[in-house]
Parts: sequence; C-alpha cells; structure tokens
Amino acid sequence: MEIKQTALAGTLESSDIQIMLSKGTDGITIDLESDVEKQFGDQIRKVITDTLAEFNIDNVKVKAVDKGALDCVIKARTIAVAQRALQTQDQPAWEAF
Amino acid sequence: MKNNVNRELPDDVMSALDYKPYETTNIGNPDIQRVAPSVHVQTGDDKLVDSIEDVVKATVKDGMTISFHHHFRNGDFVFNKVMRVIIDAGIKNLTLAPSSLTGVMNDMVIEAIKAGTVTNITSSGMRGSLGDFVSHGNLKNPVIFRSHGDRARAIEHGDIKIDVAFLGVPNADKLGNANGMDGKAVFGSLGYALMDAQYANKVVLLTDNLMPYPNTPASIKQTQVDYVVQVDQVGDPDKIGSGATRFTKDPKELKIASTVNDVIVNSPYFKDGFSFQTGSGGAALAVTRYLRQAMIDNKIKASFALGGITKPTTDLLNEGLIDRVMDVQDFDKGAADSMHTNPKQQEIDASWYADPDNKGAMVDQLDVVILSALEIDTKFNVNVMTGSDGVIRGAVGGHQDAATAKLTIISAPLVRGRIATVVPDVTTVVTPGDSIDVLVTEYGIAINPKRKDLQESLGHLAGVPVYTIDELQKMAAAKVGTPKPLEFTDRTVALVEYRDGSVIDAIHEVKD
Repeated sequence: MEIKQTALAGTLESSDIQIMLSKGTDGITIDLESDVEKQFGDQIRKVITDTLAEFNIDNVKVKAVDKGALDCVIKARTIAVAQRALQTQDQPAWEAF
Repeated sequence: MKNNVNRELPDDVMSALDYKPYETTNIGNPDIQRVAPSVHVQTGDDKLVDSIEDVVKATVKDGMTISFHHHFRNGDFVFNKVMRVIIDAGIKNLTLAPSSLTGVMNDMVIEAIKAGTVTNITSSGMRGSLGDFVSHGNLKNPVIFRSHGDRARAIEHGDIKIDVAFLGVPNADKLGNANGMDGKAVFGSLGYALMDAQYANKVVLLTDNLMPYPNTPASIKQTQVDYVVQVDQVGDPDKIGSGATRFTKDPKELKIASTVNDVIVNSPYFKDGFSFQTGSGGAALAVTRYLRQAMIDNKIKASFALGGITKPTTDLLNEGLIDRVMDVQDFDKGAADSMHTNPKQQEIDASWYADPDNKGAMVDQLDVVILSALEIDTKFNVNVMTGSDGVIRGAVGGHQDAATAKLTIISAPLVRGRIATVVPDVTTVVTPGDSIDVLVTEYGIAINPKRKDLQESLGHLAGVPVYTIDELQKMAAAKVGTPKPLEFTDRTVALVEYRDGSVIDAIHEVKD
C-alpha cells in the first residue's frame, strides 16, 4: 500500500523519536539519525519496518530522528505517523498494538 | 596478557612502555625513591620576561615534556596562548602532560598533533573533538590516562619528568609568589598545579595581575619559579566554574540522591567525626542537601570534606557541620571565594589529596565517597572514560583515588535514554569493582557481595529495595534491549593506568 500524504509524528525531546513518512516508490527506505545508531540502529529500523508492515505500507520514504527512544516509543510513533499518512486516524488500528 | 579485571592488554605496547598489568587495589608498604628537579641558580631579580615568545625560546626544546594545569577549566586562555607560540616556533615531538585537558584546549591540541608538535599525551581525561580525534587513531603513540593521585605519584617517581611547566595564575609578584584566590580570573585552590611547581625543572608563571613583592599568601613560592610573564588575560572568570549552584529538580536525580543519603545515614560510618567526598554533578549536590539535614537531625558533624569543592560544601563548613574542608580544586566561585575567607578551608596538593605512594594521603582517611559512572558492570567495575559509542569522552579525575574510601557509593541512573548504565561488562575499566561498595540507582541499590557487613546494615531499609547487581543489569536490559557490540580495531589509542601505575585497561581505535 502507498501512503496518501506526508505525515509527521513525535518530537525531538530526549527519549523520543520523530518520524516523517513521505511518498516513495522504492520499497521502505529509512533515513535514520540517532546517537545510538551503532548499538541500536538495526533494531530501530526493524521496529519501524515491522510496524509499517502491519499497515501493509510497502512503498514509503521514512525520515527518523531518534533521541534514544525505547522500542515501545518507536512503535507508538510509527503507528501514529502511519495512520496520519494513510488518513485513518479516526479508525485506530487496534491490531497493530 | 590479561590483568586482574580480566582485560586483554596489548603485549607489544605493554612491553615497549615497560608496564605491569593491574593486580590489586592494595598498595602495600613498598619503599620508594622520589625524584627532585634541577635548579638553575639565580637571585630572582631577572625573572620577569616580556613575552611568551621569549620564554618559550629560552626553555622549550624538541622532545621535551611540558605541562599545564586545568584549574581555569573552560575559561582557560593560558594553554592556547602558550601552545600557539610553541607550534609557531616549529618545536616538535613534545610530550603534553597537563593535569587534565578541557574543551577549550581541544582545537589547539589537535593542531599541535597534526603539526608534529605534540606526539605524546598524558592527562586525566579528554572530551569532545579531541577525544574523538584520538579514538579515531590520529595520535601515533597511546595516550596515558592517569588519576589525579596517580599523576602526583608519577611525577614524584619520575615517570612524568616535566621539563617546563606553564602555570597560569590570577596573581603573582615579580619573583613568582602566587595564589589562586586574588585577581580577576580566580579559581581558588591551585592543588593540581602545586605538583608541577614543585617538580618541574623550569616553572613559568603567566599572570595578568602583577602584585607588589612579596605577594602572600603564596601557594606557589618564589623558590620554585624561573620566569614570570605578564599577559593581558589569563582566563575568562565566567567560564571557570559553574555559576550559582542550582539544585536539581529532576525527580530521578532526587530519588537517587535521597537513596544515597539513606545508605550513608544507615551505614556504620555515619557518626560524629566522619568524613566524606562528593562530586559536582546534580545528584551529588542534592546529596549534600539531604546529608545536611541528616547531620542536623542526628547531631552529627563531619571532621572533613575532601576533593573538588562546591558551594553547598563550604556552606556546611560555615554552618559548623563540617570542621575542615581539604580543597584540591574548586568547582564554583562560591567555593573559591570561601577558601580566601575561611582558614578552615585548606588548600592541598594532588599528592596530599590522593597519591597512593605516600606517608598517608587524605583519601586514605576518607570514610564515605559518592562517585558517578558512565557504566558499571556486574563485577562492579566502573567506566568514566569511554562513551556508549566507545569514544573517549571522560576523565579518570579522582575516581580511582577516592574509591579507596571505606564506603564507596556509585550513584547512577539505571539507564540513560536508551543506554544502560548497568551492563554485563564495561567498555573501559577505570575503577576496579574491588573498590566499589554500593551502587545506588533510582530503582534500588546493589551491595558488593564482598561487603557482607554492609549487606547486614543496608539490606533491609524501608523504601530502599536491594537487588543483586545482576538483577539490576537484567532490569536495564529489559528496558532498553541488547545493544550490538561495539567494534574496535587492534590499534591501541590509550592506556588507563591504575593509581599505582599498573595498567587497568587499554582503549582501542573505534571502527566506523
């Protein structure tokens, strides 16, 4: 599935992650900025990718600025930004939780 | 080879530099021989020199060891002024042996390394761009990190032979009598610089405040000084220390601080005449506040507070809750000013403070110390030197030295953001777990199993959950996940000495 609009979720506060989705044509591409890239970069990408997969989003550009967020935060922000990008905020995707 | 904290040390570097691996925290009672500096005899009438250029020309030659102190911290102008002249003079192959390196010096050190001016460094620590530069293998020879007490030991042993010490002071007379208390850029205690003044072959004072002769009180004496140079400004007073001390409002830090206080108050050491040392971090300052109340409530006074001093500590001195402050450096203006006015605040040099090879150092008399940690592992080993990315970004400071106290408390959050503080193995061992007694986190405490006595006195405090350190480590991992191991090359970029001069760990070049 492709997204309908560019969307943003999250802040740049410490322990948060800000994720922006915009239209893409080349699968899921993730541009990640993180102070813990070396230790947790792969894990952060995996959480984002797995969560997007639950929305069947397979073509999207992801820009993520991580400030040391835990997996649960990354997942929550990804769900929020995915629903905004799909314009389905009024129908919470409970199964994604 | 492996040392006694299970660290693999590089055989080639160890043998080339004639180092022994760390074995034990026990210093024992060896007989040692101290060294003495050479003295170029004069009456003292011609010490005043017009410019840094002239004094560098007269003193610094290729291959020498030069030193500085870091009492001006990030307000230092002296280091950059002198190094500029030394680099421009084309001098090569120097060993840089300051008491520590602060951020304001980073660019100049990097330039000096690139120019071949500096080829060896020994320091308490380094941070920021310089730590990054060294961790990426840009200095050929490994940096030697030493604690403040170990630097004093190394100077007294002759392991560090300072040819020329460039010491900035906020006042001096024309013969070199100087202190850290009067003038514009004042920092209080000259504790670390006193080693250089006593042991360097040539001592150069730089000051922006030439006083009538004789200038007293004299911490550095005319008998030690070869040259006095007048400069326009030695430092920026606003950047020397933190300004007015603000107590933390961070609930996590307050929780840790109140638990540290519970640990101290319920330990066997909290009795009239006890002694303590705290650092300058937010939690440490809050501990001082809690401890003050506990001392008043229990009618207990401390015989002395030690180490790097802050205003909350000198306030306790003024209140009569502490009898003496033994002051090797001052972290804020309040503490620096207090040294001037209160004779019970004694300036001490780094040897008196913490040198293990001594006829008794202050740290040997210390009951309680609160220290911080970037990482602590399940063996209680502490890292205050390398960050979670493996890059040098810290300093040994007095950590190893003060940790010899009877009750050594590490106060640290369980996790910082996504980085666990309690880990299976620290990236770099700076202070061995044998010196650490209690870890305090916001979730609870862990007591070193070697301290059965503390298990008894601290094992059942109301509101202070006790965990094993393995449990705390697992708790941290459950929150943040398991990080991918850091990658390093085989190249040794630094060695960390234990305070006795043995090697406790090696730091390797990071792989990017």
